[in-house]
Amino acid sequence: MSKSNKKTIIVLLLIVVVIAMVPLFTLKGAEFGGSDDAGSQAISEITGTDYQPWFTPVLETWIGGKLPAEIESLMFSLQTGLGAGVLFFFLGRYVERNKWQKKMCDKEAESPDSLN
Amino acid sequence: MKLSEKRIITLVAAFALAFGVYPVANAMHIMEGYLPVQYCIVWGIVCLPFLVRGYFSIKKAVSQNRKSITLFAMVGAYIFIISSLKIPSVTGSCSHMTGTGLGAILFGPTAVSILGLIVLIFQAILLAHGGLTTLGANTFSMAIAGPLVSYGIYILCKKVKVNKRVGIFLAASIGDLFTYCVTSFQLAAAYPSDNGGITASFLKFLGVFAPTQIPLAIIEGILTVVIMIMLESYATSELIDIGYMKGEINNVKVK
Repeated sequence: MSKSNKKTIIVLLLIVVVIAMVPLFTLKGAEFGGSDDAGSQAISEITGTDYQPWFTPVLETWIGGKLPAEIESLMFSLQTGLGAGVLFFFLGRYVERNKWQKKMCDKEAESPDSLN
Repeated sequence: MKLSEKRIITLVAAFALAFGVYPVANAMHIMEGYLPVQYCIVWGIVCLPFLVRGYFSIKKAVSQNRKSITLFAMVGAYIFIISSLKIPSVTGSCSHMTGTGLGAILFGPTAVSILGLIVLIFQAILLAHGGLTTLGANTFSMAIAGPLVSYGIYILCKKVKVNKRVGIFLAASIGDLFTYCVTSFQLAAAYPSDNGGITASFLKFLGVFAPTQIPLAIIEGILTVVIMIMLESYATSELIDIGYMKGEINNVKVK
């Protein structure tokens, strides 16, 4: 990867960290609940009654209760972990392949006859 | 595409048109049990032609070049990561991104629908997030409508020769935002307000989702550009194979 690309990536990632972290530090005492939950509150406001969902998530039916917050975060980490594992495993292979191919090309350039 | 495949898609599309109540193809995660049954079914049916076309386009891409399956896995993995990260936003609540823009840019909009569906099923069953009954509606917003918009914007930016990275950024972030617009529409259609009807409801739901999602859409745009820079540097030959990059750029030695 070229140097300018590396720099671009670092700057971009820093911007991401800033955008994600600023609300956490500026909005002191905010709840940071899920916006999906905010959606269900809006439904209750529109229909005027406390909305009762007609179906409960299968996992909650299986364990017979609400999914504990700790377990939910475990599942979310699992999702992130699986994704990151697959994505960076293959990316790592590509990086190594490029190194290896470059080496082969250099060798070929040095002694073109040796390969024939 | 084979003739038989075309026939199946037309058939399913006709089926969807016959049963789909909403001609406007407008409509992120609606929670389990929060959408009336008829809406669950309608959105599910609307998704079918896209999913079928997506299945065939993946099959075609993989049969043309087996190596592209690695890129598919990476795009799917990217959606897994991105949609699992709940990020705090300016409104004081958290939301997460969709991650489907990358796949739409690389493989076209319908192929991503299958990948998005896998992620949504994972979240619905294991995380009690989203839901099986609302799967159709959520698939339509996150895995179909969002990617379609991303793809359209990417192509448009390419046509008017905007800087490629700016194009990728715009495609991914606007696709992300559009996903939430569609969700608002889906909820509004199911819960029209007593005074003002669907429009008033739509604006209300949009008011809940949009301000939270704007910073996140920007983050998604940036992250998609970062991943694309990495892929362009290290997976050049794969990107050429799937037709994303043209082969003339000093990649003779890579091939």
